Amino acid sequence: MPVITYRDALNQALREEMQRDDRVFLMGEEVAVYQGAYKVSKGLLQEFGEMRVVDTPITELGFAGVGVGAAMVGLRPVIEFMTWNFALLAIDQVVNAAAKMLYMSGGQYHIPIVFRGPNGAALQLSAQHSQAWESWLAHIPGLKVVSPGTPYDAKGLLKAAIRDDNPVVFFEGEMMYNHKGEVPDEDYIIPLGKADLKREGEHCTLVTYGKSVPLALQVADTLAKEGIHLDVLDLRTIRPLDTEALATSVRKTNRVVVLEEGWEFCGVGAQIVDYCQRDCFDELDAPVVRVHQADVPMPYAKNIEKAAKPDAAKTIAAVRKVMYLD
Amino acid sequence: MAKKKAEAPGETTLGATDAPTRLALLRSMLLQRRFEERCAEAYALGRIGGFCHLYIGQEACGTGVISMLRPDDYVITTYRDHGQAIARGISSRAVMAELFGRSDGCARGKGGSMHLFDRNTNFLGGHGIVGGHVPVATGVGFAIKYRGGDQACACFMGESVVNTGAFHEALNMAGLWKLPVVYIIENNRYGMGTALERASAIHDIYQRGAAYDMPRGVVDGQDVLAVRQAMGEALHRARTESMPTLLEVRTYRFMGHSMSDAVSGTYRSKQELEEYMQRDPINVLRHHMEAKGEIDDARMAALDDEVKAEVQDAWDFADASPEPALESLYEDVLVETTT
Ligand SMILES: Cc1ncc(C[n+]2csc(CCOP(=O)(O)OP(=O)(O)O)c2C)c(N)n1
Ligand SMILES: [Mg+2]
Repeated sequence: MPVITYRDALNQALREEMQRDDRVFLMGEEVAVYQGAYKVSKGLLQEFGEMRVVDTPITELGFAGVGVGAAMVGLRPVIEFMTWNFALLAIDQVVNAAAKMLYMSGGQYHIPIVFRGPNGAALQLSAQHSQAWESWLAHIPGLKVVSPGTPYDAKGLLKAAIRDDNPVVFFEGEMMYNHKGEVPDEDYIIPLGKADLKREGEHCTLVTYGKSVPLALQVADTLAKEGIHLDVLDLRTIRPLDTEALATSVRKTNRVVVLEEGWEFCGVGAQIVDYCQRDCFDELDAPVVRVHQADVPMPYAKNIEKAAKPDAAKTIAAVRKVMYLD
Repeated sequence: MAKKKAEAPGETTLGATDAPTRLALLRSMLLQRRFEERCAEAYALGRIGGFCHLYIGQEACGTGVISMLRPDDYVITTYRDHGQAIARGISSRAVMAELFGRSDGCARGKGGSMHLFDRNTNFLGGHGIVGGHVPVATGVGFAIKYRGGDQACACFMGESVVNTGAFHEALNMAGLWKLPVVYIIENNRYGMGTALERASAIHDIYQRGAAYDMPRGVVDGQDVLAVRQAMGEALHRARTESMPTLLEVRTYRFMGHSMSDAVSGTYRSKQELEEYMQRDPINVLRHHMEAKGEIDDARMAALDDEVKAEVQDAWDFADASPEPALESLYEDVLVETTT
């Protein structure tokens, strides 16, 4: 099977879906002539032309709304945000228009749209450019929230998102675009709402998604050498949450650590803890432990930025804690 | 300047300069240039991280505008803020230490290149979200009018900002309420890889001021003296009539959008770049001063040595400054309420 980057996997998904359905178009800043700020859309302008690969001014609120309008009357837009930090400007359109249109219209207008782009912190980009927004959008009924952690998942999930008839917010990772993995050339779909057990082990469940998946796998490998075997459960879709897969793993291991990139308060991990205590209360041998960003805006300086971010050492410490090893 | 109000008497002389002022302008621009050349070096060495946007080629804009301000006026700007911070008088040591992520930086190492702040010089920050700081500038203008002073606020932005919603909302309020803000559009022709003509429905972008009934004009941004004069007129209006101005300053960026972007490529040709580099703002002023007999090669070389030494001192200072203490990670999230 070909080994390609996460970036190229997304590129394949876009290309194949645009070939398959001429209602699909891509719009955003620098997506066309510049070939994408992170080169995800490389070659698409040349293949599909400027009506289907559209450069916009710096107008996030505006072009997100353009996407919603086009979706309302039959097109299937893919709206790229250069990063999710800038999507905050568009949040009114995502939340008040895309997410609610179907409900407000009593089922008359569905919005088949994908809002996508890199999310979370890269390196030393400081407070305004280093934010993980998935818990914000996962809060909203009417949206599906997806965050792939491998190139294979990136392709299959983006294709599913584009074919979905609902608004899907799709979180990529700037630091992931160069990650490589096996990706089939052909058409395949990974259904939204299905988690994936990326490692099997009996001692503890490590729940994560998106950019934290490679970190979780690294932690699982390290701990395996000490004889501690983790179930690494990659949610892939944060909303709807695959509670069945979660319960199955918790019943087996009886211990849970949640690893996420964002802040603790009202984070995705808080929702996982809620499910665990409600549906798996009798299965738990220890309180669930969470690993997340420090509860501060991201600083610039290297040393304190490192201290603010989740990492392998913090995750290992959390696993040892739920296993009462320290 | 095209504007709707009649010119106040003597207005055109408001930006006039004498020889010492011209020398100070030249020194400031040269300092910014040498400082940023070392920034590029430090970035390549990994001493500066994250995004780093250089101002090289645009120095006359910030220098001309800021040289007209009083210490009690305010400055607010974008992520492309090193040159303006230095022009405003933040020490090159404090700026370099911030870029190195050190505790003696002007934001204690927390902001970095895009977020230089300094309360002492009323430097209200470099801001990273395109358009986000423009309403903030309008708010500063509101506070000035509210308190009843004759201060002004200078708000710098790139030309792409005029396409954001925040720009329209902010300028409409400033026009509606007559707030003493000078909105300076540094039109360097590109926002990242997108030429102005591919992003804005109109190309003489100062004309957007018409929509807010705002005095407006355009000036050569490579000529620091011309920028000073245009800013002088705008400031006079702000101070005496509490009127905002939209000032388009036409310039060019000699470097890539940021340190991680190509200098030229698909979006602009090397030839175009080289043509614009002929009008280096430092040389434009230097030639003007040479014609007046105010500077010669020897004095220029001495000035260059002087600013290079200052930049080396800034580098050494930043290098010696400690990293932020780990406890500082949790500081500055909220302030203790004292009243
Ligand atoms: C809301 C928002 N969208 C996108 C970006 C990414 N971005 C940073 S700078 C920039 C170009 C801005 O160009 P311009 O305003 O002309 O300023 P210049 O960089 O030329 O000084 C873009 C698209 C951002 N920072 N904020
Ligand atoms: Mg520009």
